[in-house]
Amino acid sequence: MPAVSKGDGMRGLAVFISDIRNCKSKEAEIKRINKELANIRSKFKGDKALDGYSKKKYVCKLLFIFLLGHDIDFGHMEAVNLLSSNKYTEKQIGYLFISVLVNSNSDLIRLINNAIKNDLSSRNPTFMNLALHCIANVGSREMAEAFAADVPRILVAGDTMDSVKQSAALCLLRLNRTSPDLIPMGEWTSRVVHLLNDQHLGVVTAATSLIITLAQKNPDDFKTSVSLAVARLSRIVTSASTDLQDYTYYFVAAPWLSVKLLRLLQCYPPPEDAAIRGRLTECLETILNKAQEPPKSKKVQHSNAKNAVLFEAISLIIHHDSEPTLLVRACNQLGQFLQHRETNLRYLALESMCTLASSEFSHEAVKTHIETVINALKTERDVSVRQRAVDLLYAMCDRSNAKQIVAEMLSYLETADYSIREEIVLKVAILAEKYAVEYTWYVDTILNLIRIAGDYVSEEVWYRVIQIVINRDDVQGYAAKTVFEALQAPACHENLVKVGGYILGEFGNLIAGDPRSSPLIQFNLLHSKFHLCSVPTRALLLSAYVKFINLFPEVKGTIQEVLRSDSQLRNADVELQQRAVEYLRLSCIASTDILATVLEEMPPFPERESSILAKLKKKKGSGTVSDVEDTRKERNTNVNGSTDHTTATTNTKPSPSSFVSDLLAAAPPPTNRPRPVPSSSILHMPLSPLSPQAYAVHSAAPLTPFYQVTSSPSSDLLGLGNSSAVNSGSPPAASNAASLLVDVFSESLPVAPLGTASAPIIEENFSRFVCKNNGVLYENQLLQIGLKSEFRQNLGRMYVFYGNKTSTQFLNFSASVVCHEPLNAQLNVHTKTADPVVDGGAQLQQILNIECLSDFVEAPVLNINFRYGGSVQNIAVRLPVTLNKFFQPTEMMSQDFFQRWKQLSDPQQEVQKIFKAKHSMDTEITKAKIIGFGTALLDGVDPNPSNFVGAGVIHTKTIQVGCLLRLEPNTQAQMYRLTLRTSRGSVSQRLCDLLSEQF
Amino acid sequence: MIKAILIFNNHGKPRLSKFYEHYSEDTEQQIIRETFHLVSKRDENVCNFLEGGMLIDGSDNKLIYRHYATLYFVFCVDSSESELGILDLIQVFVETLDKCFENVCELDLIFHVDKVHNILAEMVMGGMVLETNMNEIITQVDAQNKMEKSETFIFQSPRQDR
Repeated sequence: MPAVSKGDGMRGLAVFISDIRNCKSKEAEIKRINKELANIRSKFKGDKALDGYSKKKYVCKLLFIFLLGHDIDFGHMEAVNLLSSNKYTEKQIGYLFISVLVNSNSDLIRLINNAIKNDLSSRNPTFMNLALHCIANVGSREMAEAFAADVPRILVAGDTMDSVKQSAALCLLRLNRTSPDLIPMGEWTSRVVHLLNDQHLGVVTAATSLIITLAQKNPDDFKTSVSLAVARLSRIVTSASTDLQDYTYYFVAAPWLSVKLLRLLQCYPPPEDAAIRGRLTECLETILNKAQEPPKSKKVQHSNAKNAVLFEAISLIIHHDSEPTLLVRACNQLGQFLQHRETNLRYLALESMCTLASSEFSHEAVKTHIETVINALKTERDVSVRQRAVDLLYAMCDRSNAKQIVAEMLSYLETADYSIREEIVLKVAILAEKYAVEYTWYVDTILNLIRIAGDYVSEEVWYRVIQIVINRDDVQGYAAKTVFEALQAPACHENLVKVGGYILGEFGNLIAGDPRSSPLIQFNLLHSKFHLCSVPTRALLLSAYVKFINLFPEVKGTIQEVLRSDSQLRNADVELQQRAVEYLRLSCIASTDILATVLEEMPPFPERESSILAKLKKKKGSGTVSDVEDTRKERNTNVNGSTDHTTATTNTKPSPSSFVSDLLAAAPPPTNRPRPVPSSSILHMPLSPLSPQAYAVHSAAPLTPFYQVTSSPSSDLLGLGNSSAVNSGSPPAASNAASLLVDVFSESLPVAPLGTASAPIIEENFSRFVCKNNGVLYENQLLQIGLKSEFRQNLGRMYVFYGNKTSTQFLNFSASVVCHEPLNAQLNVHTKTADPVVDGGAQLQQILNIECLSDFVEAPVLNINFRYGGSVQNIAVRLPVTLNKFFQPTEMMSQDFFQRWKQLSDPQQEVQKIFKAKHSMDTEITKAKIIGFGTALLDGVDPNPSNFVGAGVIHTKTIQVGCLLRLEPNTQAQMYRLTLRTSRGSVSQRLCDLLSEQF
Repeated sequence: MIKAILIFNNHGKPRLSKFYEHYSEDTEQQIIRETFHLVSKRDENVCNFLEGGMLIDGSDNKLIYRHYATLYFVFCVDSSESELGILDLIQVFVETLDKCFENVCELDLIFHVDKVHNILAEMVMGGMVLETNMNEIITQVDAQNKMEKSETFIFQSPRQDR
């Protein structure tokens, strides 16, 4: 006997629906609907009170109209009235209307709440269920406020019917999701855990869902659920399939409950109690064994249900990541599924393997399936599955297979679905960068990427290749040659023209020796693309041209000709016109020296997180792909919320550092050359790949003084470059620059309060930074702190990189700088608050802005606090901000030097120290150290050629202190004598102390 | 969590929509259209999961669907749900409808939209799975129908109404 017989029901409703279905056109349908709406409205407004049946019929009609996509703006009041009916039918249709149509912030909520309150206290289970459903479906804040106490009470009351308990559990879950602050944990929590023992499996299922959510937020409060869940799971798994009667689904015992229990266990680390742990391992083994048994039914439902449990068990095994035998079995099982004929299973196997790839026990095992996965990428008909294959290839990639995987992804890209191309492009770019052994391969890969999928190559990708080429001397010639060749193609993508223009403009000279790529040929090649390009690209090309004028004086005439043509000088686009005019003028009036300075090669970029990785994270919602280890952590957070316990399994793999830290570790950082002399960097070409807005840099700049052409802040890497104008002898520009920097300071936050340090201050690497600005300041098993800094005049900026070496998040991360008395009056250090969470394997960057007010001796302290696992870590490191950082080198002739030397003959002004050499007395190293210290190294000043003489000016906000130094080595005695003369005794003393430690 | 449950036919006509998060009516209609667009262009025999559309919040959404004759049953879920579990849930839902309506067809869903909602409410509540045992669900639905019948019989004789 069917539960709904087709004969009864509402005839009026049926007629109306038939009418609608018979409508021949959309217009006719709308007309019919409007007629009906008018009819219902008049019925509702009419004097005659409607009986329950009519109300119900009209509400059903409204629901139908709503489903067709028409707004319903009346009837709500009638629906609310139905709630207070004591007839089930009416009440039920009222609740239905409300849960479909009433918005959570409706005005009627108060009335609805009243009705719900009545039903909850009615002790009629049907009515109570209707009310609980309504709360769960609407889930508004007002409802949470009104029922925060009632729902838990109903849930744990002894006399509540099973079906009501089920509803109450899920209702509470919903309220906890929408308004967690309103649901107080209380004495009911422990009783909720015991619902896991309930007789009724429906109640257990609902309770498990609730506990999963609560345990994610308060793992400690629900710890006891682990043993109960294991016990329950064990009973289900080992039961004969008939024991659970109705909860057996196609011969699988309670599959949904099993899945939920396995999810709950993923909120916790492996149980500590050996007995429970053993029982759980037994369960997992049984589940894995069952997968190998012949199926009890041929129906797809049987295998679905069985595999749902199996996949969840595998997830738990991966989550625990502690039992190598189980992990191997899980990996083998997934390997079988990779070739299964069911598409769903192949999809899920690829997905699970992605998380398995980040387990250190199984990374290698996953890699053995590479051929199968590549084959899936090539042959799967289903884009969903191919997408998973791409994800897995990305996750299993490491240095050993990067070339193969990148090649496969590139070839797949040619035929890939449009919807996933951009993501694949990003992934290829990241893998190529991360695992590049030869940078020639990296350059080839990216150029291929642009050739194959130029439209999908985002700005970040080509910015990045340029950053890398600029920062790595060894690849520049190759890059120039390769882009030159790539540009030969008759049709190239605009992104290739951009990369080509930039690289040839910087490094075209490296291939100009070859007559096949002579300067003129290079220029003609670039210019042949010019007219096909968009305005931003043309602007970039114009900048490349002006750089050519500097690189190749022989093509100056040709380029001036091009700049002078009407199509440039009178271009309708203001930006292009202005560039043409300014570059032309620059090339005419500036001497070769000035041109060489102005158009100097770009300085290396500061190391930073790959912009591509950032983009991919953003695109995928911060996680689903990102780093290999991130993937695993992400999943943990998604599923369980808590990740603290994964710590035991980390650390041996090389951290998935981005290219940034690779650079730091592998090669001497390219930025480690002597600090650029301030006057050198006025016009670092305004096509900085760091900032797209750099295209527009100089649109507001006045024309006449040529060096202001690109004085916009964005054209310089650190924004500090503006102060370079000072030395170029332009007072107004100087004050502008200064005020700009002051703005930078005033925006940042004040220095952290004093006296927060409690850990011993670590200074071991401090002295290493006296003569250099970049490197690793501190490192322990958890954390690596890297520094990059740049100083100009009395200002400095320090980039502090905090690398999380574990795969677990650091929580409550904070880093502040403390300047104790009297340093706080001498030095201003402004920090931006750091992000409180540092993901496993991720690097956090913090910028410190430093201003030197007067000379100082002490150094500030960097205090770092964070939670890792259960414990709070507290680290204090002496920050290498030393007085010599504010040196400006001064060149002078021998005569000047001795004249000043004599002027500083007051005994207080001179400090001398004789000390033993700690390192080998190599002349070149000593020279480098003195330059690194910040002074100019003066050649031919001292009559004794083996002595070293230096000069410089210390800049502070209040005073400037001229300094002269002399270092006399005695190689036989392995001794040095260092003499410092400055106008202030305290400065002499401090500088002498600092420098004498270096030799 | 289940974010939404949608049923539409091969032409994209919605037959049931149930959202467990709040969206404006316009957005709901857009989600239905987008979902239909995503699902309908897929071949038979491909897998039953795909990345969710852009309109529903959250980056880890998946669409899990089944296609029965003229109807698509689509569940939009986040990553806390088991894919195969939801696939089975769709099957339970359809089997329950089949039992309640006796060889359920698209017309039953059209003319008894309230009943379909009631059956669904016995299975899914506030986006969470409430009950998976078909017999339990049918018992509840039967009980409701009995109450309904008794009320209709006593209070109302449905004639001549329009």
